Amino acid sequence: MRWVNRTPRRGAAFLLGALPLVVLAIAYIIAAAARHSANPADKILPLPGAMAEAMALLLFQADPLSGEYLFWADTAASLWRLGVGLGIATISTLLVGLVLGTLPPVRATLGPLVTAIAVVPPIALLPILFIAFGLGETAKVALIVVGVTPFMIRDVAGHVAALPREQVVKALTLGANSWGVMLRVALPQAMPRLIQALRLSLGPAWVFLISAEAIAADVGLGYRIFLVRRYLAMDVILPYVAWIAVLAVVMDFALSRSSRRLFGWAHAGAH
Amino acid sequence: MAMLSLKNLWVEYGDKVVLERISLDIAEGSFVSIVGPSGAGKSSLLRVILGQERPSRGTIALDGVPLPAECGPDRGVVFQRYSVFPHLTVLGNTLLGLEFSASPFTARLFGSNRRAAMDEAEAMLASVGLGDSRHLYPAQMSGGMQQRLAIAQALIKRPRILLLDEPFGALDPGIRADMHILITRLWREHGLTIIMVTHDIKEAFSLGTRVLTLDKRRHDPHAPHRYGAGVVYDLALTRKAAAGADDTSITIDANHNNGHD
Repeated sequence: MRWVNRTPRRGAAFLLGALPLVVLAIAYIIAAAARHSANPADKILPLPGAMAEAMALLLFQADPLSGEYLFWADTAASLWRLGVGLGIATISTLLVGLVLGTLPPVRATLGPLVTAIAVVPPIALLPILFIAFGLGETAKVALIVVGVTPFMIRDVAGHVAALPREQVVKALTLGANSWGVMLRVALPQAMPRLIQALRLSLGPAWVFLISAEAIAADVGLGYRIFLVRRYLAMDVILPYVAWIAVLAVVMDFALSRSSRRLFGWAHAGAH
Repeated sequence: MAMLSLKNLWVEYGDKVVLERISLDIAEGSFVSIVGPSGAGKSSLLRVILGQERPSRGTIALDGVPLPAECGPDRGVVFQRYSVFPHLTVLGNTLLGLEFSASPFTARLFGSNRRAAMDEAEAMLASVGLGDSRHLYPAQMSGGMQQRLAIAQALIKRPRILLLDEPFGALDPGIRADMHILITRLWREHGLTIIMVTHDIKEAFSLGTRVLTLDKRRHDPHAPHRYGAGVVYDLALTRKAAAGADDTSITIDANHNNGHD
């Protein structure tokens, strides 16, 4: 049978997908063991036991200075920043993207502005944000918002503007006004696309979060990674990176599931 | 008196003339089929009547009142594709027209108004043969069912004129025959005035009470875009009584030069 015609079954697909991860883990352990046999004090590739020990301190023991459980404090701070940033980005995308996509005069007025903002590398704006908003939470949230919103607006507005013209005409013949077209035709069809844009923005949002935390923060996953880097503490950095990956995958999965559940019509063939 | 009258209508895109000197009077209750070769401006004419496009010259009046250059609920439409909303169920699609007019702000209906509207929508769905499909989404239906839905969705607004833009062009021959029976029945029952653009000449003659043929009367081989299409044939078909509808006799109307002056 030709390879293009081989579709693995569900269980087989799961095993196939797990295989590279397992291979990677085994390769890491072999490499770490090799390094440790040469130098038992090696810090670059810590063994799983060392990682567990280092993480146990952060997970289960309160920090003597602040009295906080650092791992959980870092996670909560980072998720809060990410959540607020992405929340603001999503709501503004919905408002601006919908109006931009539906009303040609607004698109003519604001479209170039959104494009201009979108082409500026957000990290280049970080100093401005720090100067404008100080080194507190606002600047970090603002970086995420500035970083992902223009892309999301362009994506959603483009999708709405590309809805078949026939649909708008049909709605008008059914007695709709511009508001009605926006509310009953454009908005519901923009929602699945909005979730998709949000999923695609998760990666950049994490990049902006970690960058902002690395530069100026006193708590957060990115802050911790860049702090312990000074001590070559790979036994903390690697579990933190893995934890970020887990959080990102869970968010992506939750968004994809909720889109299928809420907007089943948009996922043809998934009924 | 004519219900819809077009006076000296021109449609031009830049220096390309698509339609020229279209003057027509369409009587209430007629079923007008528009045929013609590709590019003769059939769909342009329909879009102008619909209000989707503005004519470059001339006027259109409905019941003696000039039409605004915008689509409105007095003219319903069924396109070949994209006529129904993919995010609404069959019932939702049909209710939409009632909801838009009931509340300009929320565009929704609540309580007893909604129940009354649902009864009306379900009756309309039953009359197009979709009574059992009201919870399906368009993506779950065949092309023929989608067009039935599009017709129900348009008819619930009781439009003065129903415009059909190649509504059955993408359907299988068998389904198309069913749709012909359906549209003829609805046309009679609701006393509709229908203007239909079609590629299918047989369909044009079997359904219509009047067949218009659009084509270019003049042709400049060096500048083919300089002359637009006009109405070259305007045939009124007189039918026998409703019962024997399939036995149609064709007579050419005496004033078939209607569009020329």
